[in-house]
Amino acid sequence: MTKDKKELAVAALQDGTVIDHIPSEVLFKVVDLLDIKSLKGSVTIGFNLDSAMMGKKGIIKIAGVTYPESTLNRIALIAPHAVINIIKDYEVVEKHQVTLPDDLIDIVKCNNPKCISNNEPMHTHFHVIDRDNTLLRCHYCECLVSKDEITLK
Amino acid sequence: MKTKSLVSITDLSKDEIVHLLKRAAEFEKNPNQKILDGKVVATLFFEPSTRTRLSFETAVNRLGGRVIGFSDAKTSSQSKGETLKDTIMMVSNYADLIVMRHYLEGAARYAAEFSPVPIINAGDGANQHPSQTMLDLYSMYKTQGHLDNLTITLVGDLKYGRTVHSMLEAMWYWHPTFNFVSCKELAMPEQYKQFCDEKGITYHETTDFSEDIINESDILYMTRVQRERFSDLMEYERTKSLYTLHNSMLAHSKPNLRVLHPLPRITEISQDVDDNPKAYFVQQAKNGLYARQAIICRSLGIE
Repeated sequence: MTKDKKELAVAALQDGTVIDHIPSEVLFKVVDLLDIKSLKGSVTIGFNLDSAMMGKKGIIKIAGVTYPESTLNRIALIAPHAVINIIKDYEVVEKHQVTLPDDLIDIVKCNNPKCISNNEPMHTHFHVIDRDNTLLRCHYCECLVSKDEITLK
Repeated sequence: MKTKSLVSITDLSKDEIVHLLKRAAEFEKNPNQKILDGKVVATLFFEPSTRTRLSFETAVNRLGGRVIGFSDAKTSSQSKGETLKDTIMMVSNYADLIVMRHYLEGAARYAAEFSPVPIINAGDGANQHPSQTMLDLYSMYKTQGHLDNLTITLVGDLKYGRTVHSMLEAMWYWHPTFNFVSCKELAMPEQYKQFCDEKGITYHETTDFSEDIINESDILYMTRVQRERFSDLMEYERTKSLYTLHNSMLAHSKPNLRVLHPLPRITEISQDVDDNPKAYFVQQAKNGLYARQAIICRSLGIE
């Protein structure tokens, strides 16, 4: 298969957002995180695509939508090396890696059943205390959540 | 006038802790003052804790304030399914300050976010209990005359005991040396040992509660080994007897050594220690009154 034919497998975007370099195993978590199923426009989701860098990767192309930086940075929680491309008129006008914010509001669920955030109608709040290892601390009960224990709300 | 909540001991800077210790000493000299005249303090105990509640309520009463509240969630609207937020908002209509104890962890931190009046955390599950930490610090400060470079030996349940964790977080300003004495099952959690490493605190870990360790200590802080922490009852009985302090073990201890315990004690300190002048746990509880008077006045912005 030639390179051209490979690229044709995924539709080109006129305007919108492309999220690339998502590890395949977390692709659908990213889909949930961005609440893509509620979108009305066209969305292309690529799963288990060949990648020279990652082996297999996922990619999401969302037509006609740009997200606030804070929303996109949530992706860093599960895909710290994901790359955001903003497309305008078929051109990439902006390209950058996601960065984990210092605070995560209402994104992660606390794993402590005795935490107030699991017992009141309220937002969860986590502090990122170790960016490299994605270690979080609950703002309320102060329990630690490591990368492998993260459950999205 | 600045009002401030107190949720965790880590909310306080070194200067603020020192200021509270000095205030506690002033209250000890003169515990009956009318400086809370006209103030109403609510004590909301969603989980019963008679000792802590009486200490806070005595602190308010001796300063001339009035107390409202409940001592058990069964008698509050919580039992009807009211949210914590609604309960706090309702009570804040009536009171100038809320002292709350809750079985859920993080409850006080959450309440302090929206409450129009300051919140004092009187214990949130296994998480924080800053007034206990303040009275522990005050007891050490009072008996040693200072807090610098103390050798503090923590004995018993170092895994679940929140008082020992808070002590590490508060004491690091004064360069302490810690001995952690416990069985392996109840050893100091990794995250607190990491904290000591980050802050340059020297610590030694051992399972052996020996006289050598007691003899080098300035403070011997005993904690309760709880039966519910063990799946094996035999193991519990064995551990309990290994970490019991007897009077004979204090024979060659330093003259300034004091034995502390957050109480209630079960068998960790044998009754024959009670008459030893180094036994300090009853006075320690009394110090809670002065520490809480200092905390209440800080929260209400009364100097």
